[in-house]
Amino acid sequence: MAHIQLKNVTKTFGSHTALKNLDLDIADGEFFVLLGETGAGKTTTLRIIAGLEKPTSGEVFIDGIDVADWGAAERDVALVLQQYSLYPRYTVRENLEFPLKSKLRRVPDAEIKERVDRVANTLRITHLLDRKTDRLSGGEMQRVSIGRAIVRKPRVFLMDEPLSALDAKLREALRTELKNIQMNLGQTFLFVTHDQIEAMSMGDKIGVLNHGRLVQTGTPSDIYNNPRNTFVARAVGSPPMNLLHGKLVSGRAILDPIDLDLPYNGALGSSGAATADGGTTDGRPLTFGIRPEDIVVESGAAHEARVHDVENHGVAKILTLRVADITFHATVSAQTKLAIDEDIRFSWNPQKVVVFDKQTGKSLQYHG
Amino acid sequence: MAAVKTGAEVAGNRIAIVAVLIITLIFLAPIYWIIATSFKPRNLSTTIPPTIVFTPEISPFVKLFTKRSQLREQPTQEQLDAAPWWERIVLEGGEKVVRDGKGNVQWSAYPNRFMNSLIVAITSTVLAVGMGTITAYGFSRFKVKGEADLLFFILSTRMLPPVVVAIPMFLMYRAVGLNDTHWGLILLYTAFNLSFAVWLMKGFIDEIPKEYEEAALVDGYTRMQAFFKIVIPEAATGIAATAVFCFITAWNEYAFALIMTNRRAQTAPPFIPSQVGSGLPDWTVIAAGTFLFLLPVAIFTFLLRNHLLRGMSFGAIRK
Repeated sequence: MAHIQLKNVTKTFGSHTALKNLDLDIADGEFFVLLGETGAGKTTTLRIIAGLEKPTSGEVFIDGIDVADWGAAERDVALVLQQYSLYPRYTVRENLEFPLKSKLRRVPDAEIKERVDRVANTLRITHLLDRKTDRLSGGEMQRVSIGRAIVRKPRVFLMDEPLSALDAKLREALRTELKNIQMNLGQTFLFVTHDQIEAMSMGDKIGVLNHGRLVQTGTPSDIYNNPRNTFVARAVGSPPMNLLHGKLVSGRAILDPIDLDLPYNGALGSSGAATADGGTTDGRPLTFGIRPEDIVVESGAAHEARVHDVENHGVAKILTLRVADITFHATVSAQTKLAIDEDIRFSWNPQKVVVFDKQTGKSLQYHG
Repeated sequence: MAAVKTGAEVAGNRIAIVAVLIITLIFLAPIYWIIATSFKPRNLSTTIPPTIVFTPEISPFVKLFTKRSQLREQPTQEQLDAAPWWERIVLEGGEKVVRDGKGNVQWSAYPNRFMNSLIVAITSTVLAVGMGTITAYGFSRFKVKGEADLLFFILSTRMLPPVVVAIPMFLMYRAVGLNDTHWGLILLYTAFNLSFAVWLMKGFIDEIPKEYEEAALVDGYTRMQAFFKIVIPEAATGIAATAVFCFITAWNEYAFALIMTNRRAQTAPPFIPSQVGSGLPDWTVIAAGTFLFLLPVAIFTFLLRNHLLRGMSFGAIRK
């Protein structure tokens, strides 16, 4: 059980800055997901918390204590990696016993056996206990490495893309399993991934990293509905949020370059189009963000678009629509019958539009 | 692969196989000659053309291990009857085994020299591989200031032919009293092999993912414990390969052993040819000594063969 705090952490490797002024606060018992692309600094953050890497500047607190001088062993964190997680040459049982046999812990033999058996039972790997780790499938390997983390009862679980190397079905199954384990243990989890579906489905909270900076933290619905900038809007959601350039003119969104005129009555529109800093949004170059499911395709709607592409996902169809030169996605029910190059009529849900500054990409809701 | 082969390809293959066989036989011929000579009676050892068919006998080995002196006259039947089987062999060859006042058989110097070889080669191999592995681990896992320069410096110690420094080394050794000591040779051979061991082991350790150790660190182990529990078992293949190379170098070294030692710490390589000088050379005894000398390397390599084979295919580990 632990509360993790990073204060103003910067990490540079030579001339490359991996993390820049990172502040992170992970509450006790929280499932926190760090989402970002390769090279965004996710793994570095994890390694700094684990004590495998020292921050260039800034502080790390575990339960309010500055752990700058603590080695990895003393921090009592568990680490699950994408690969190379298990000790080769050891059997599954030996792998699970390994952390308990550390001189630091001095767990009696009888208790080791009992704890290993219990964990094996939880993860349904009892039949594998005497097998060498190189004779396990990918899913079994990751189960064992999760087991090796659980068996120790650490203060924090750190997971570095533990599911990324697995095939899709297994990934889904283990996702649920892992989330259940976390809820049962009530432990603090820090989970690093580049997969936004994992982040959305597992996290109590998500932190989005971009080039070593934390762009936004919040609950999955926060992140999904109110992205702080266009980067987050693109990073989360599949397909991602549509981003359309245009401007606001007296409460209506005018899209470039086709003078597409759509209603807008989000937070900004109704309050007289004045932003937080007192400036006006009227006429200012903006980017409108709208989720594909908030684009309404119906026969009576105001605007016409041509169906450019139809992707059937079973539960829904994802349309690529085209109006003049701009294309965007819309989600419709799978029952909707549509053909490519068919003309349809559409509108959007004006409540759900997020407005970004075109230049900076920042959401006006947060930044004005 | 079940590729269809043309007649020309099949013929080419057969020619290649025959060529390989012939080359192998050529390379094995000297070894056969040594082994055959070490089982020949003395009078057949230098015949021209060489004797191929003969009744093997054990006499060269008996002579190799005992101190003998020339008999002035033929041994009597009583002497022959009284002697144990091995002594009879010597007597029939016109020599007698030297005994001390109490009647104990005097051994030749060979077993002693052989032991010296073992002591020096094994100790220097253990030292070179041990220190080399630890150094290589340091270079592989930590940021070392001037790493490239240091590694080059380590390698550069091998660029000078060792014999060039033999005379100064001899003078230095004499000054500090290291000449004709085991430690003197061990020190030399360790120094020769260390640079080689560092370079070879660095390659092997670089191949071991550092994630394993980091997992151990996080699991509550110290860097040292992680090194012994995780890195050493993973590097076993590399250690075996390096050890074989170091052992062979130390075992076969001749020049320094000849210069630096003469009695106490003399190893087998300078001792075996030194027997040629005393009287008419008995080539069968020299061959027997050489044959036994070849065995340790063969046995050592054989014991480690699985590791060596895997060492050659290293880098193909599962990623």
